[in-house]
Amino acid sequence: MKTEDFEFLASMLKERSGLMLTPDKVYLLESRLTPLARKRGLDTLDALVQKLRMTREDGLIRDVTEAMTTNESFFFRDNTPFDLFKNHVLPAMEKNRGTQKRLRIWCAAASTGQEPYSLAILLRENWIKWQNWNIEIVGTDICTQVLEKAKAGTYSQFEVQRGLPIQMLIKYFKQEGDMWRLSDDIRKMVTFRPFNLLSNFIGMGTVDVIYCRNVLIYFDQQTKKDVLERMRKCLASDGTLFLGAAETVLGITDSFRPVRGQRGMYVPSDGTAEKAMGLG
Amino acid sequence: MKLCLVVDDSKVIRKVARRILEELNFEIEEAVDGQDALDACDRNMPDVVLLDWNMPVMDGLEFLKAIRSREGVEQPIIVFCTTENDMAHIRTAIEAGANEYIMKPFDREIIEAKFTQVGLM
Ligand SMILES: C[S@@+](CC[C@H](N)C(=O)[O-])C[C@H]1O[C@@H](n2cnc3c(N)ncnc32)[C@H](O)[C@@H]1O
Repeated sequence: MKTEDFEFLASMLKERSGLMLTPDKVYLLESRLTPLARKRGLDTLDALVQKLRMTREDGLIRDVTEAMTTNESFFFRDNTPFDLFKNHVLPAMEKNRGTQKRLRIWCAAASTGQEPYSLAILLRENWIKWQNWNIEIVGTDICTQVLEKAKAGTYSQFEVQRGLPIQMLIKYFKQEGDMWRLSDDIRKMVTFRPFNLLSNFIGMGTVDVIYCRNVLIYFDQQTKKDVLERMRKCLASDGTLFLGAAETVLGITDSFRPVRGQRGMYVPSDGTAEKAMGLG
Repeated sequence: MKLCLVVDDSKVIRKVARRILEELNFEIEEAVDGQDALDACDRNMPDVVLLDWNMPVMDGLEFLKAIRSREGVEQPIIVFCTTENDMAHIRTAIEAGANEYIMKPFDREIIEAKFTQVGLM
């Protein structure tokens, strides 16, 4: 690929989704965009780039951006963030929000839905406690294709075997041919909608828990900082943020601090959330 | 090191499972059917059994029931690993005392995920 074509694509992607592409990732552009070029009736990636330069067609830019996202996800990924949710976040929220009985959870890079659905399942496991609450779980992602799959709540045999305990498969899924479909009860607990982390968060309102996992790794420092600081503004002061195993706030922003000894868990630096969670 | 008994009548499957589990730091023993597996348990009770369903002589479910009915022995963790991939089989296995259930085909990631869930790793 020509250097100027790489630079053109890289800067377009950075502007659109925050994705940072270094020249050693040319192969990624080739492997993911060549099929898209073909689908669009173009012979080569070069032709696709030509078309982008000439037309700046928004639909095409969107397709390119979506094709370049990495959407891998699985149920109860890394376990710890879900154990912490169950054992510390929920008990604290039960106390702190006991009067309003309202809880808002945002999965900010929800991909195919396994993360928000894992949280919904944990709530469902203790439904007696939560059934009278107004609980909102919102899953957002820039990629509309993965959101379609998330909404359907239908997963392959391979996907339901990565991270999902068999008891939960029995309890919450129905077999449909080769696929496994989440029960309506669980699907109804989660709302999915397209949302770009580069846009402003005002419409999000205030949320109590944010899962923003395995997406910041694709951004540069400034973008990470920017996203995190805007997340601080829409997170309740006693709220919690979860990042992926390879992500941190350290060296990026002072607006959050890690919860000591709890991997991937962060709270507003000026808050006192740890006490209520029994982690202080 | 934890001991895993791999029970499958297919030599190929045993070999694949062995390779994955050895990489995950398990010591491996093999058995070719349920009866062979019971004998292996009598000699040396494993920490975990990776168990096929359909096998000659004695199938996986019979083995599971036999071992779970024994009293006074340290019960191993039992993970089914079978091509039977419908809800009815899964329920039957879990009700008979299996701890986890893998639907073939499997790979390293699935074995790792399932073994983590039952607290082996
Ligand atoms: C690897 S997945 C993470 C899924 C899930 N959070 C997990 O940890 O399993 C990363 C997701 O981030 C999404 N993404 C990338 N850039 C984004 C952006 N600017 N705004 C919103 N979502 C974005 C991708 O579409 C992809 O689905």
